[in-house]
Amino acid sequence: MAVTIIKERWTSKVAEEAFGLAGIKAGGESTLPFLQFEGEVPNRAVTALEVFDMEPEDYPAMLKEAFAGVMNDPVAWAKKAVEYGADMVALRLMSAHPDWKGASADEVAATAKAVADAISVPLIVIGTGIEEKDGEILPVVAEKLEGKKALIGCVTANNYKSITAAANGYGHNLIASSPLDINLCKQLNILINEMGLPLDRIAFDPLVGALGYGIEYAYSIMERARIGALTGDKTLATPIVCFVGQEAWKAKEAKDPDVAEWGPQGDRAILWETTTATTFAIAGGNIFIMRHPESVKRFNAFIAEAMKSNAY
Amino acid sequence: MFEIIGERINGMFLDIREAITNKDPKPVHAWAVKQAEAGAYWLDINTGPVASKEEQVEIMAWLVKTAQEAVDRPCAIDTTNWAAMEAGLQAHKGKALINSATAEQAKMDVLFPMAAKYGASIVALAMNEKGVPKSAEDRCALAMELLVNADMNGISPEDLYIDPLVLPVNVAQEHGPESLEALRQIKMLSNPAPKTTIGLSNISQKAPNRPLINRTYLAMAMVNGLDSAIMDADDDDLVETAATASIILNQSIYCDSYVKVFRQR
Repeated sequence: MAVTIIKERWTSKVAEEAFGLAGIKAGGESTLPFLQFEGEVPNRAVTALEVFDMEPEDYPAMLKEAFAGVMNDPVAWAKKAVEYGADMVALRLMSAHPDWKGASADEVAATAKAVADAISVPLIVIGTGIEEKDGEILPVVAEKLEGKKALIGCVTANNYKSITAAANGYGHNLIASSPLDINLCKQLNILINEMGLPLDRIAFDPLVGALGYGIEYAYSIMERARIGALTGDKTLATPIVCFVGQEAWKAKEAKDPDVAEWGPQGDRAILWETTTATTFAIAGGNIFIMRHPESVKRFNAFIAEAMKSNAY
Repeated sequence: MFEIIGERINGMFLDIREAITNKDPKPVHAWAVKQAEAGAYWLDINTGPVASKEEQVEIMAWLVKTAQEAVDRPCAIDTTNWAAMEAGLQAHKGKALINSATAEQAKMDVLFPMAAKYGASIVALAMNEKGVPKSAEDRCALAMELLVNADMNGISPEDLYIDPLVLPVNVAQEHGPESLEALRQIKMLSNPAPKTTIGLSNISQKAPNRPLINRTYLAMAMVNGLDSAIMDADDDDLVETAATASIILNQSIYCDSYVKVFRQR
């Protein structure tokens, strides 16, 4: 008698989301990550390389080397990121941060527009991380980027209103951010959706930690959100954004150049970022914002293998 | 996720009976929309006892079509008239729910092949020619018969909704805990487990304060593995009890708007 393999039967799927004019897509899977024998995984993980709108002072030397000569020019930096093979460019508007330069909304919006016009790939725009400031600058950026179908973030429960209204009006998608709390994450998706932005234009950022820095918490949250999405919870069925680069490059294992027993930094820093990203890909992440081009390359090599169908 | 089967489109109710007589789609539309908005996943469709067996065939098809004009929801085709059942299935868009078979072989031999033919799910009652068993064990023995017959027809346990049968608490009090225990055991009969359902309002027949009895039993039954119920979707407290129980049972992920989300799917 033939053996019948028991397969999980999911009733729902993750929202498929499109960015930019080239129509890069994320999400859409109807099964847990890479289990093609149980469902569809229509889109591969999307990578973005980070670009700052002004040169960051405390950037690790390895990252400075990778982007030598372009770090004082966000347009050139963005082009370099595309050249390195990033699917998207993630522009961080740190110059608006009061501790950096305190740039105005119009200034950062002009930079965002210049970068968007210079690249062929979709743009992600990240604010300063200060809720109040982002609530001011991101609506102006959204207006300036009308028609670019950008992914804008991060919005929180405290500043989502102005940014959601602008993103909705000017045709962008949003990153909703909640601090490692699936209940708040779900509630924020609902609040944004209630303002009229469709769920397939929201991606959520569970605020991930890097390898060795609480990665398992973010992993469990993503896994739980994905199981929820596949069993019919539409409010959690939005693609997941993972800020891998910012976390991995905070780890001393990645940025400390002189620890002999850990081996050469060139190897471990890349491994730290790549391993963090692949772990989250296995947990259900869709969009990976990274910092080093070599990490993107290695991550993509993993994804290429994992996307080979194991359907039977 | 818990599935509410809205019981209101039934010729037993005066407004639906009149709608059938006058071929007036409005009350059917209105109840389809109202129940769907309240959180019903399935719309139960029952022609009621008034029409002749021949007339029921056409009426069932009309009711199904009319309900699905108003909302994008699947229907539970609720009749003991097999010709009307088939007409309802033919008129239906999407995956229907046959309501219902019993563990009588003659019924199983008609309805399980019909479910397979139309790709429908099916409600099956844990009773046979001898009536409703009293103990949980006897209910489960019949549930196993249903499961085996479904399997022989290629119907997945996940498409089989076993009803352990709920009797009125004011006349058959001893059945209350037996049905609850049967629910618990039915969920252990196979992997994947069969789904479960009950005709909830039966628990409170002819008792005062029916809504209180209904929602109390619903919460108790959900703890024991109830996956769906034919119930009054228009009873807000009842629907909110189902929403809250599903959160407490960790069947869906908590958020502050959980009641609203529960109604929305």
